[in-house]
Amino acid sequence: MEFKNSQEELERFRIRLAVAGGFVLVCFSLLLARFAWLQVIQHDYYQTRAEDNRISLVPVVPNRGLIIDRNGVVLANDYSAYTLEIIPSKTHNLEQIIDGLAELVDIQPKDRKRFWKLLEESRNFESLPIRTRLTDAEVAKFIAHRYRFPGVDIKARLFRQYPGGPFASHLLGYIGRVNDRDLGKIEDKEQSANYRGTDHFGKAGLEQHYEFELHGITGFEQVEVDAGGRAVRTLARTAPVAGNNLTLTIDAELQRIAEQAFGSRRGSLVAIEPATGGILALVSVPNYDPNMFVDGIDTQNWKELNESPEKPMVNRALNGTYPPGSTFKPFMALAALTLGKRRPEQAISDPGFFNFGGHHFRDDKKGGHGMVDMYKSIVQSCDTYYYMLANDLGIDNISRFMGQLGLGQRTGIDIDGESEGVLPSQEWKRKRFKKPEQKKWFAGETISIGIGQGYNAYTPIQLAQATAILANNGVVFRPHLVKFVTDTRSGERTLIEPRPIRDLGFKTEHINEIRRAMVGVNVEGTGARAFAGAEYTSAGKTGTAQVYSLKGAEYKESSVRKDLRDHALFIAFAPAEVPTIALAIVVENGGFGAQAAAPIARQVLDYYLLGKRPKAPAPVDEAAVEEGGE
Amino acid sequence: MNHGFSFVGVRDLARRLFAPIDLPLMMITGLLVLLAIAMMGSASPERLNSQLLNVAVALVVMRVLAQIPPPRLMHLAVPIYLVGLLLLIAVALFGDVSKGARRWLNLGFMRAQPSELMKIAMPLLLAWFFQKREAMPRLRDFGLAAVLLLLPVALIARQPDLGTALLVLAAGFYVIFFAGLSWKIMAGMAVAALAAAPMAWTLLHDYQRNRIITLFDPEKDPLGKGFHIIQSTIAIGSGGILGKGWREGTQAQLEFIPERHTDFIFAVYSEEFGLLGNGLLLTLYALLIGRGLMIAANAATLFSRLLAGAITMIFFTYAFVNMGMVSGILPVVGVPLPLVSYGGTALVTLFSGIGILMSIHGNRMLVQK
Repeated sequence: MEFKNSQEELERFRIRLAVAGGFVLVCFSLLLARFAWLQVIQHDYYQTRAEDNRISLVPVVPNRGLIIDRNGVVLANDYSAYTLEIIPSKTHNLEQIIDGLAELVDIQPKDRKRFWKLLEESRNFESLPIRTRLTDAEVAKFIAHRYRFPGVDIKARLFRQYPGGPFASHLLGYIGRVNDRDLGKIEDKEQSANYRGTDHFGKAGLEQHYEFELHGITGFEQVEVDAGGRAVRTLARTAPVAGNNLTLTIDAELQRIAEQAFGSRRGSLVAIEPATGGILALVSVPNYDPNMFVDGIDTQNWKELNESPEKPMVNRALNGTYPPGSTFKPFMALAALTLGKRRPEQAISDPGFFNFGGHHFRDDKKGGHGMVDMYKSIVQSCDTYYYMLANDLGIDNISRFMGQLGLGQRTGIDIDGESEGVLPSQEWKRKRFKKPEQKKWFAGETISIGIGQGYNAYTPIQLAQATAILANNGVVFRPHLVKFVTDTRSGERTLIEPRPIRDLGFKTEHINEIRRAMVGVNVEGTGARAFAGAEYTSAGKTGTAQVYSLKGAEYKESSVRKDLRDHALFIAFAPAEVPTIALAIVVENGGFGAQAAAPIARQVLDYYLLGKRPKAPAPVDEAAVEEGGE
Repeated sequence: MNHGFSFVGVRDLARRLFAPIDLPLMMITGLLVLLAIAMMGSASPERLNSQLLNVAVALVVMRVLAQIPPPRLMHLAVPIYLVGLLLLIAVALFGDVSKGARRWLNLGFMRAQPSELMKIAMPLLLAWFFQKREAMPRLRDFGLAAVLLLLPVALIARQPDLGTALLVLAAGFYVIFFAGLSWKIMAGMAVAALAAAPMAWTLLHDYQRNRIITLFDPEKDPLGKGFHIIQSTIAIGSGGILGKGWREGTQAQLEFIPERHTDFIFAVYSEEFGLLGNGLLLTLYALLIGRGLMIAANAATLFSRLLAGAITMIFFTYAFVNMGMVSGILPVVGVPLPLVSYGGTALVTLFSGIGILMSIHGNRMLVQK
């Protein structure tokens, strides 16, 4: 009984074992089915996912094209340096990580500030530098501790460098980190793929205008990455193509001398080669150091640059608009000759004022200049002559003629954001003002236009361009800074603006008459003191712009009030017979053109024509006066 | 007896040494260990030596246990259980916290994980319990057994260590199942469990809930909690039929597989050896389990039978839960791949089980005779 009982019990136990065994088989079959599903049926899908995990296409950023002057002087180049970068999306406690990194490499408070600023502005998942230009020792130290910092890595990056520092900053411009607006431009150009991996973009000057020439073609590396996203080895590589080089029409040495001639004064100088339209020098002082922008400028410097009353970030050559003052007179005279309103020898009697509509327009010389013909009107800068002439020509004739010379319109120079200035006309006034009573042009307003005051407001580049057109006998070239672009791969050069855009058809005898008078300015007129003893013949015209009538958004009332001295202007070309250089100068609050602007022109022309280097900034000639004045 | 020591020599010594060892079980285990070494050599070569040392220690433990006759083990059942229970209480009171769970007890000279001991102590005690009740156990006995089982399970689950708690629960349940718990009651319990599931849900820790949610939708959080499952599934799937080859698995070698030397080592193996390798591994486990069930079927006493059956099924539970979670059909709980995953404690526990099976097999005739 006992035995049978235990036998029965054993049977029951064995059935349970069998059940358990069956359960095991079912479960294992389930696993096998799952494996077959994953490894056979879904294999392709998971194979792709594994490859996607493993292989990453890493863009290889090309070298940015060089910027060199007409003589081969390098103005912007690249160098490679190690940066310590953090991918914020792959980290948790940034503060803690940066503190940890600071124990290994030198991280200054300004580096942190810059990093937080970048973080605010950055695209998602971007790798942001916490330190740039690591030393070899720092690189080695970090590598040894790299495992402690997931999401942090050393990268070899190319950096833009402007060897001259603040030199020529307004024409070179600068690059900075890509922002949303830049991304929009990249998309418009359908360059998004090519900009994968690029984190800098031209923000101003030539760097901005020629961004897509300078950038180059991004290469790609197929790399195997581990789960931390770090490259383990390279599987394949397509080399990048370096950006195209820009060769400028700028003469760096001339540019340097022109910048230095200003000393600590504010202003602008634009020098153009009349026969080509190539810009030889484009000065706007004070400058700023474009190198500050490359790594991302820190808040403090940015604030200083933007809030300085000196306005170093404004490119005065393109965005400063000034009344031309008496530098307007030679163009008025040319208009008179061309439109047949005056003959050169035709003289007026100048009592020292001009009455119009009950208003007394004064000449600066009390008692007047006596009998004044065209030559004398320019050499002595007689205002009365031009009051009358303006009245005789009428505003629309003046406006039409000056428009041909490019005044009051963008010159089309190869830098973006040029200002238009103001070329007054009846139509302009109608559009400019809102109230009906302000829309009408009054004949009296024409009078002061004749001496370059009133609504007149032009940029230095426009004045230089007008002077260059005059010097080139009316043949117009578009002013440009880049002579040619060199394709990195083929070495092929693409010339910029090689042909004139139009010939204004001035009569040679008219041009000669103006030239003769402008030569007279530098020999016996308002420019004579500045050009005393010059070993070449030069043509010039001084000008003084009244500050109170300053137009232009960049010049706020408040900053102008501090110094109400007039702006000094000067235009010139030389050698007078076959000009190789034409220029326009504005010295803000410099006083008379003869005092502050003409001496700068002398230094620049002396260097360009004779190779003479000045020992000091151009002097201010306090004794010089505008004989005619304005 | 005296002449036994003379010149019979090495052969005799070897015979004695290997006498308690069951050859089929040893061969299957050996093959599994060989595979384990290959896997460790790929997943974490730097840990290979220390794992080999763990294997050596575990083998010694196995050999020692293989020699202890079941009746002796039965005497040890209650003390071991009580020690285990006390240690669990000590952990709850003074244990070290690691990775958010209180699992370890610092004994001064070593850190011990008492929950591991319970995996063997539990079936040992319950087998002893039913042996004492002899013949047909009554319902009240099953109730008492359930209390003995749930006490340590609750302590372990509170640490919290859901994986181990489930394994201990399973180990105890197998004993009860083999002891003859009626099908009706089991069905009733299953229904009750389903009904209680929503309530249990509220008792789970956040991370445990997340693991269950993750199981059903790993892509919801691909870089966070779903990462483990997604990456291990990719590893397995990309392995294909033949695998990528030893040490050629990109998921494994490029560190996409997390915990690849411990709980997720199967993903490494599966990626590198493919469906064929998986088949081989499943076969070896099936053979091991089959041999274990056979030993249970032929065991001499109720105690031996229950113990052998439960230990065998523990192996199954380990293997199934681990491979199930790595391949994404079970939630992620901390269960190692038996005999393969890195870690000395688990290895010693499992080899102890094998040693006990061998002892039971070696003593199968004693009582019946």
